[in-house]
Amino acid sequence: MATYLEFIQQNEERDGVRFSWNVWPSSRLEATRMVVPLACLLTPLKERPDLPPVQYEPVLCSRPTCKAILNPLCQVDYRAKLWACNFCFQRNQFPPAYAGISEVNQPAELMPQFSTIEYVIQRGAPSPLIFLYVVDTCLEDDDLQALKESLQMSLSLLPPDALVGLITFGRMVQVHELSCEGISKSYVFRGTKDLTAKQIQDMLGLTKPAMPVQPMRPAQPQERPSVSSRFLQPIHKIDMNLTDLLGELQRDPWPVPQGKRPLRSTGVALSIAVGLLEGTFPNTGARIMLFTGGPPTQGPGMVVGDELKVPIRSWHDIEKDNARFMKKATKHYEMLANRTAANGHCIDIYACALDQTGLLEMKCCPNLTGGYMVMGDSFNTSLFKQTFQRIFSKDFNGNFRMAFGATLEVKTSRELKVAGAIGPCVSLNVKGPCVSENELGVGGTSQWKICGLDPTTTLGIYFEVVNQHNAPIPQGGRGAIQFVTHYQHSSTQRRIRVTTVARNWADVQSQLKHIEAAFDQEAAAVLMARLGVFRAETEEGPDVLRWLDRQLIRLCQKFGQYNKEDPMSFRLSDSFSLYPQFMFHLRRSPFLQVFNNSPDESSYYRHHFARQDLTQSLIMIQPILYSYSFHGPPEPVLLDSSSILADRILLMDTFFQIVIYLGETIAQWRKAGYQDMPEYENFKHLLQAPLDDAQEILQARFPMPRYIHTEHGGSQARFLLSKVNPSQTHNNLYAWGQETGAPILTDDVSLQVFMDHLKKLAVSKIMCSC
Amino acid sequence: MNVNQSAPPVPPFGQPQPVYPGYHQSSYGGQPGSTAAPTPYGAYNGPVPGYQQTPPPGVSRAPASSGAPPASTAQGPCGQTAYGQFGQGDVQNGPSSGVQMQRLPGSQPFASAPLAPVVSQPAVLQPYGPPPTSAQVTAQLAGMQISGAVAPAPPASGLGYGSPTSLASASGSFPNSGLYGSYPQGQAPPLGQGHPGAQPPQRSVPPQASSFTPPASGGPRMPSMTGPLLPGQSFGGPPVSQPNHVSSPPPQALPPGTQMTGPPGPPPPMHSSQQPGYQLQQNGSFGPARGPQSNYGSPYPGAATFGSQPGPPQPLPPKRLDPDAIPSPIQVIEDDRNNRGSEPFVTGVRGQVPPLVTTNFLVKDQGNASPRYIRCTSYNIPCTSDMAKQAQVPLAAVIKPLARLPPEEASPYVVDHGESGPLRCNRCKAYMCPFMQFVEGGRRFQCCFCSCINDVPPQYFQHLDHTGKRVDAYDRPELSLGSYEFLATVDYCKNNKFPIPPAFIFMIDVSYNAVRSGLVRLLCEELKSLLDFLPREGGAEESAIRVGFVTYNKVLHFYNVKSSLAQPQMMVVSDVGDMFVPLLDGFLVNVSESRAVITSLLDQIPEMFADTRETETVFAPVVQAGMEALKAAECAGKLFLFHTSLPIAEAPGKLKNRDDRKLINTDKEKTLFQPQSGAYQTLAKECVAQGCCVDLFLFPNQYVDVATLSVVPQLTGGSVYKYACFQVENDQERFLSDLRRDVQKVVGFDAVMRVRTSTGIRAVDFFGAFYMSNTTDVELAGLDGDKTVTVEFKHDDRLNEENGALLQCALLYTSCAGQRRLRIHNLALNCCTQLADLYRNCETDTLINYMAKFAYRGVLSSPVKTVRDTLITQCAQILACYRKNCASPSSAGQLILPECMKLLPVYLNCVLKSEVLQPGAEVTTDDRAYVRQLVTSMDVAETNVFFYPRLLPLTKSPIENTTEPPAVRASEERLSNGDIYLLENGLNLFLWVGASVQQGVVQSLFGVSSFSQITSGLSVLPVLDNLLSKKVRGLIDSLRAQRSRYMKLIVVKQEDKLEMLFKHFLVEDKSLSGGASYVDFLCHMHKEIRQLLS
Repeated sequence: MATYLEFIQQNEERDGVRFSWNVWPSSRLEATRMVVPLACLLTPLKERPDLPPVQYEPVLCSRPTCKAILNPLCQVDYRAKLWACNFCFQRNQFPPAYAGISEVNQPAELMPQFSTIEYVIQRGAPSPLIFLYVVDTCLEDDDLQALKESLQMSLSLLPPDALVGLITFGRMVQVHELSCEGISKSYVFRGTKDLTAKQIQDMLGLTKPAMPVQPMRPAQPQERPSVSSRFLQPIHKIDMNLTDLLGELQRDPWPVPQGKRPLRSTGVALSIAVGLLEGTFPNTGARIMLFTGGPPTQGPGMVVGDELKVPIRSWHDIEKDNARFMKKATKHYEMLANRTAANGHCIDIYACALDQTGLLEMKCCPNLTGGYMVMGDSFNTSLFKQTFQRIFSKDFNGNFRMAFGATLEVKTSRELKVAGAIGPCVSLNVKGPCVSENELGVGGTSQWKICGLDPTTTLGIYFEVVNQHNAPIPQGGRGAIQFVTHYQHSSTQRRIRVTTVARNWADVQSQLKHIEAAFDQEAAAVLMARLGVFRAETEEGPDVLRWLDRQLIRLCQKFGQYNKEDPMSFRLSDSFSLYPQFMFHLRRSPFLQVFNNSPDESSYYRHHFARQDLTQSLIMIQPILYSYSFHGPPEPVLLDSSSILADRILLMDTFFQIVIYLGETIAQWRKAGYQDMPEYENFKHLLQAPLDDAQEILQARFPMPRYIHTEHGGSQARFLLSKVNPSQTHNNLYAWGQETGAPILTDDVSLQVFMDHLKKLAVSKIMCSC
Repeated sequence: MNVNQSAPPVPPFGQPQPVYPGYHQSSYGGQPGSTAAPTPYGAYNGPVPGYQQTPPPGVSRAPASSGAPPASTAQGPCGQTAYGQFGQGDVQNGPSSGVQMQRLPGSQPFASAPLAPVVSQPAVLQPYGPPPTSAQVTAQLAGMQISGAVAPAPPASGLGYGSPTSLASASGSFPNSGLYGSYPQGQAPPLGQGHPGAQPPQRSVPPQASSFTPPASGGPRMPSMTGPLLPGQSFGGPPVSQPNHVSSPPPQALPPGTQMTGPPGPPPPMHSSQQPGYQLQQNGSFGPARGPQSNYGSPYPGAATFGSQPGPPQPLPPKRLDPDAIPSPIQVIEDDRNNRGSEPFVTGVRGQVPPLVTTNFLVKDQGNASPRYIRCTSYNIPCTSDMAKQAQVPLAAVIKPLARLPPEEASPYVVDHGESGPLRCNRCKAYMCPFMQFVEGGRRFQCCFCSCINDVPPQYFQHLDHTGKRVDAYDRPELSLGSYEFLATVDYCKNNKFPIPPAFIFMIDVSYNAVRSGLVRLLCEELKSLLDFLPREGGAEESAIRVGFVTYNKVLHFYNVKSSLAQPQMMVVSDVGDMFVPLLDGFLVNVSESRAVITSLLDQIPEMFADTRETETVFAPVVQAGMEALKAAECAGKLFLFHTSLPIAEAPGKLKNRDDRKLINTDKEKTLFQPQSGAYQTLAKECVAQGCCVDLFLFPNQYVDVATLSVVPQLTGGSVYKYACFQVENDQERFLSDLRRDVQKVVGFDAVMRVRTSTGIRAVDFFGAFYMSNTTDVELAGLDGDKTVTVEFKHDDRLNEENGALLQCALLYTSCAGQRRLRIHNLALNCCTQLADLYRNCETDTLINYMAKFAYRGVLSSPVKTVRDTLITQCAQILACYRKNCASPSSAGQLILPECMKLLPVYLNCVLKSEVLQPGAEVTTDDRAYVRQLVTSMDVAETNVFFYPRLLPLTKSPIENTTEPPAVRASEERLSNGDIYLLENGLNLFLWVGASVQQGVVQSLFGVSSFSQITSGLSVLPVLDNLLSKKVRGLIDSLRAQRSRYMKLIVVKQEDKLEMLFKHFLVEDKSLSGGASYVDFLCHMHKEIRQLLS
C-alpha cells in the first residue's frame, strides 16, 4: 500500500487535498454503504513555495451554469484552438491571447503538474488591509500593560499602508479618532444599547460625506477613505499617535463595587466595530481583533450579570437550561458574525482570563468569519504574546500568512454533487447543478465564503455520489472536482487559486479491494470527527457518541473480516487498522466530551479543530506521546498508561498543550540535582532533550500551546493522565499485576475494552439499521 | 383730581420727612387747609433738589413764604437742571411743549371732567406726624389743588385739582408748565421775583410768550402738532391760568398748567431756598407725603380715551390733566430717599413698613428679617379673610433668601447646634426663632407658629430673666435676630450623606453660528481667567467647586481634563437619543490641579471647530448630559449652557419653529408662552431631583423658542441670558460681564425652601424660578442672591391684632463649599381690624412685583386681554375699597388714592404696557417669553425700575456735581432737546442726545464736533479726559454696578430711528403699541373706580 500512501501524500503536497476515499464507488447506493462519506480535507491556501502565481486571468468555460476553469484535465484541440470543459463538456474557443498554443507550447494551466495554479487578478484598485483593534479596558493593570505593549508591538509588524483603527470598551465603548492632532478624540457609545448599523454610522458621522471635502475631490475612490479616515488611518501616518494613544489607555475608570464584575460592553463594542467597517470598507479584507479579559456583563451579548455571586454558566447550567443569557447573547453574536461575513471581514477573539469569557456565545464570530480564537490566562503570558505575534508572521515572500475575503467554489463532474462543507466558512447560498439535496455540514450551496484564512486553514468538504447504480461508469472513468478560491492576498492583490483533482471510479462489487486500499483512514477519521463535532454543536453529546459508534460498527461490519458471532476472528485490513483507535480517542476528546471542560474551553477546542489541517487534527484527536530515556533515542510510545514509567521523561503534544512529564525516578534525580553535576551530564542532556523538542513545537504552532512542565505526582500531571488510554486503573491494577505503567483513577473504558466491545458488536447479527 | 399732587411733591419731601410722619395721619384735606401754608413749605423745600419746577411753584407759593422768594430765584436755575427742557434752552422747551401739545387734546377731556371740584385730600396722610402735617398739608394744598380744595374749593376747577389757593398758584405754575419752554431762564427769574405777588399771571404771560416762540422753534421737531395745539393751549393757559385758579372750571386750560404750577407754587417758598424744581414738587409734596392720598380730580374725564365726558367745560383744551399734577414716582422716590435714607432701618418693631427699595438705607436686624430678604405687600394684615377680600390687596411676601447685603451689614450668623441639629417645634417643625416663648422657667417653649408646647432639650436650657426672656437671648442669633443660619446635620442631607462640593459644567455650543459669531473663541478665552474666580466660601483659598466642559452641536463632546493627562481627551457622544456620560474620572476636576490641561483645552476648542459646518444643534440632551454627569459624580451643581439656535436636530426635545405673530391677541396667544412639549418639564424635574441648576445663555440670530428652552432654567432656579444677534464687537462686554457675574455669584444648591406662618394665614401660592412637587416645599436646584420667590398668603382663620402674624422662611441648601445649611428668615407683621391700617401699611413696589408676576403667570393659561382686565379690575377694587372705607367723604368725581398706593396706577399701567402684556410690533415672541421668565424671579427693586425706568438728565446739573442727578419722569415731555439723558430699566441703558445739545457737550462726551457726527447706536462712550465724560461714564458704571445684569449702552439721537426703541421706555407716554399714557390710564382707573363705587 505504500503506493497509495505515497499517492496520498503527493496529492496533499501538491493540491492540499486529502480524500477519505481515493477510489470512488461508482454508484450512489454503493457509496452510502461505504459508511464513511466521500469527502475531502481541502487546504485552499496550502503554502506552495514552488508555485509562483501566474499574472493573468483564468480561462472560463463559457457555459453560464458551469464557468469551470481551464485545467489539465480538459481535452484540448490545439489546431482548432478549442478546449472541452471536463465538467460540462462544453466546447470553448480559446481567447485570442492563447492563439499561439500548441502541444509544445502549453500554458501552465494545462500542464499536469499544475493541477493547482494561482492567478493574479490585475483589475480593480488594491485596497489596503485593515486592522481594527477592539480592546477591553476592564483589565488588571499589569494585564492591560502587557496588552498595550503587545498592541504597540504589533503596529511595527503591520505593513505601512495598512489601515488601523482602535475601539476600546469597558462600561462604555469608545471609537478613537486617529486623525486628530493635539487633543485625542473618541466617540463614545453606551454599552447597554444595541445599535443598528445605520445608527452607528450616523453617530460616527459616516453616512454624511464630509461636506467640505467633497466638492474639491470629485474622484469617487478618494472619497471613501476621506470619510472613514478619522477612524481608520494608514499606519505610517499615525504610528506615533496611535502608539501614544495606546500608551495612555487607562483602565476603565468606572468604579467596580465589591462583589461585582466590571461592566464590560463587549457586545456593543463588537457591534460598533462591525458597523464601522460595514459602513466604510465593505468587501475589503479587514480584521477585527477583539481583546477581552472577561465576560460581557452588560448590554446586548451579555453572558453573565455583574454579580460575582452568580457564576458564569457551566455545561451543567446549559443542560439544565439554566443559562439565562446564553440564547440571547448567542443570537446577538451570530447576527454580528453573519453581517461581518457578508462584508468579507473577519473577527478574531483573544480572550485572556482565568474564568470564562463567553467564548461559547461568541464562538460564531471567529467560526463564521475565519477569524482566530485565542484563549489564555492572561495577556501577560508568553502564550498570548507569542501567539499574537505569530498572527503577523510572514511567508518566504515577506507577505503575511493571512488572506481575506475568500470565496471557495466547488465544481464537480456530473456523477458527484457537493453536500456541504465544515470549516470556518459561511454559505453563499449559491445553488447550482452540482449542489446536493442532502446536507452534510454547511450545505445547500456550491460556494462558501471564508473571510479570513491562512495557509493551514482546512475545510472538510463532503460529496455525494449521485450516479445511479444502473448507469455504470465506463471502466477507467474519472470523477473530477475543481476548487476555485478567490481571495485577497495579504499583498492586497486579488488572486484565484484553482485546484482540479480527479479520482478513478470503481465498481464496488468488482473492485472493493481497490476501494479499501485507497481508503485514507486518517483523513476519514478527521472528516468523521468534523461531522461529529459539527453535530455536537446542535445535538446532545451522547447522541453524537452513539452516532459515531454506530458508524464505526457499520464500517467494521462492512470492511472487517470475521466469522459471524466470533469476535476473536475479527480482523481489519491495514488501511483501516488505526481507524477504531482514532475513534476511541475522539470519543474521549474535549471535542465531544464536555466533562471537565468549561463551555468556553469546548468552544475553543472545537474552533481549532474545525480549521486545522489533517496532521494537526490528528494530534488533537490522538495526542502524540514521546518517551525520552537512557534506553535509547527518543521514541514515540503508545498513548497509554503503560507508557508512564518511572525512568522516562514523556513529552505529550495534544496540540493545545505540550506536557513534559518526568517519571518518578527522573524527578527524584532532578531533585537531587544530578543534572548539575558534571559527571551526570548525560542526565542533564536527557532533561534538556524534551525541552528542546517542545520548544520546536512551540515555535511552530499557532496558537501557541500551553506549556506544562510537570513530574510524577505533580498536580499538572493530570493533563497527561487524562489523555492516556487508561489501560491500568484502580479497577484492574492488580489484575494486570504489572509493575510498569501508572494506574489512572478513572472509570473510563480503556481502548482494550472498547475494542472488545467493538468486535463483539461488529460480528453480531444485530445490524445497526442506520 | 389732586392726585396729581402726589407726584409733584417729591422734591419737598426731602426735608419734610420728619414732618410727614405726622402727615399721614392727619387728614389731609382738613389740616392742610387749616394750616398755614408757609410753614409746611419750609419743610418741603429742603428735599427737593431735583425739581426745577420749583421755581414756578415757588412763584406761586412763594408769596406765602416770603422768605422763599429769594430762594426761588436760586431755585430757578436749579429747576432748570431738573427739567431738561427748562434748563437751558427755551428752544428746547419748544419741542417738549410740542409733545405736551399733543397730549393736550387728550387732556382736555380730562379737564372737563375734572373740573372740579375736587380735591380732596383725604385724610390719609397718616404716616406723617401731625404737626408737620399741618404745615405740609397746607403746602400740599397749595401745591396741589387738593389742599386747596379743602380750603378753597374753588380751585378745583382748575385742573380738577383742588387746592384753591394752590390753584392760583397753580395756575401760575401752569403757565410754567405750559411754558415748560418758557420757564426757562428768562422767566424763571422773574417768576421767582414775581412770586410774591400774583405774579402768576405775569409769569404766565411771559411763559406764553416764550412758549410760543419756542413752539416755533419747536416747530421743527413737532411741527404741525405742536404748533397749533400749543398755541391754543398755551394761550388759553397762560391767560387763563390765573383765572383758573380763581375760577377753577373755566381755566381748565390752565389746569394743566395749573396743576403744574400749583404744586410748585406752594412749596416753592420753602423749597426755593433749598431747591428749585417745583412744579413737580408741589404735587410731589402732596402726593409723596405719604400721608394723604392724593386726589385726582375727576376732571379727568378729559382723558379722552376713557370717554367720560368731561365737563362740557368750555375750554376743552384746558381740561387736560396736568401730568405734573398726578402722582409722580420720581417725587415719591425722592421723598422717601430724603426722609428715610439717612437713618438705619431697625427691624425690632413689628409691622414696620421699610423704606422704598429705591432708597439707600442700612438695616439693623433686631429680630425681624431685613427687607432685603423679605418684603411684604402689606405690613398690616387684615384680621379676617372678609376684610382681605374686601380690600383685594394681595397679601404677599417677596422673599430673597440669599440676598446680597451691602458691606456694612453683616451676613447671617451661622449657628451650630451640634449633632442634635437645629431646635424645632415638634409639631409644626418651625425652627427656633426670637418669637418663640419660653415658659416654665425656661424648661419649655411655646411655638409661636402653632402654639405647641415643646420641651427644651437639656443642653439648650437657659434661665429666664424677669421679663421672661432667656438670659442668653442676645448671645444666640436664633433668639435675637431675624435672619441666621443653622448648620444642618446629616439628617438634612440627601441620602443621609454629607454633600460633595458642587460642580460647574460649561456646555458650549460649537455649531456654525456660535463659531462664526466669535462666541466660542471669546468664551474660551474668558473662561481661562474666569475659572480663578469661582465662588468660594468665607476665606477659603480656592473654590471647592469642580469644573467640567462639554461642547456640542448635533452631538456632544465631553472632555477629560484630568490633571495627569498631557492633553485633554475629547469624547464624542452621538447617541443623543439616549444621553449618558461617557466618563467619570477626569470630567469634573479641580481648576488649580488641572489648570494646564484646561488651558490647553480652552485653547484648542476654538481651533477644533473653526471649520465646522454643522448648523444643527440639540438642547435637551445637553442638559440631560450635564445632569447625568452630576448624578454620576453624586453632587449638585450648575450647568452653564451657551446656546445659539433652535434645537432642530433629531433628538429628544427637538423643537420646531412655531413663532406665529398671528396668534397675538387671540385666545391662542398663550401657547406662545407655553413650552412646546412636556419633555422639558420632565427633564427639569430630573434636574431638580439631582440639584442641577441650569443657567442658559442664548445667542440667537432668530427664533429659538425661549418659552420652551427657558423651562429648564426656570424650574431649576437658573437664569436665562439672551443676546440677540450676538456680535463679539458689540456684545462682548455685556456678555462677559454677565458671565463673570453669573459664574462668580454665590449660589446655594439643591435647596428646599419652606415658608411657615403662624396660625390664621397660610402660604398658598408661589412665584419664581423653582419647582414644586407638593404644595408647600419650594425646590430649587440652585438659588443665587438675585433670585426671589414671591409667596402669596391667604387666610384660613382669624388673626388677632395682639399676636400679629409671623412668617418664617427656612431655606435648606448646600453652600458653594458643600456645606449643608439652613437659612432662616423671620418676619412679624401686624394685624388690623381697620382697613385704613391696611392701606396705610402697604408697599406699592412689592404689590406691583406680585401683580406683575401674577399676571405674567396668567398669560400661560389665559388670553392676555383677560389678564390685563383682571389686573385693572383688581387695582380698581383696591382703590375703590379704599375710597369707600377709608377716605374722607368727598365728591365722587374726585379720585382719591391711598398715600401708600398713589403710584399704583402709574406702575400698573407700566405693567400693562410691558411687552408681555402688550407687545409692540417690533417685540419678538422670544423677547416676550424672555421677559416673562425674567420678571418671574425679579426682586422688588428690579421690578420697580424695570417697569418704571429711571431717566436721568446728565447735563442739567453742574458738571462738578458728582452726585447722581435727580431722575425725571419717564415721558417725552421731560426731555429737552438741549440735554442728554440716561435711561435705564435694569436691562437696557440708553443715552439720549437732544438735537440741540451744545457742541461743547457733544465734543466732550463723544469726541466729535457736532450732533450729526455722533454715531447712532453707539454702545461705548469714548474715553475722554474731561469732567463731563468722566462723570457720565462714571455714572454709567455705577448704574451697571447696581443691576444684576450688565446693561448695554445704546446711544440714541433725537429724531433718529433708534429713538422709537427708546420711546418705548418712556412709560408715562402713550405707547406705540397702544398702551395708554399715564394720564389716560389714570382717568380710566378713575372711571373704573367710580363704577365700582356707584
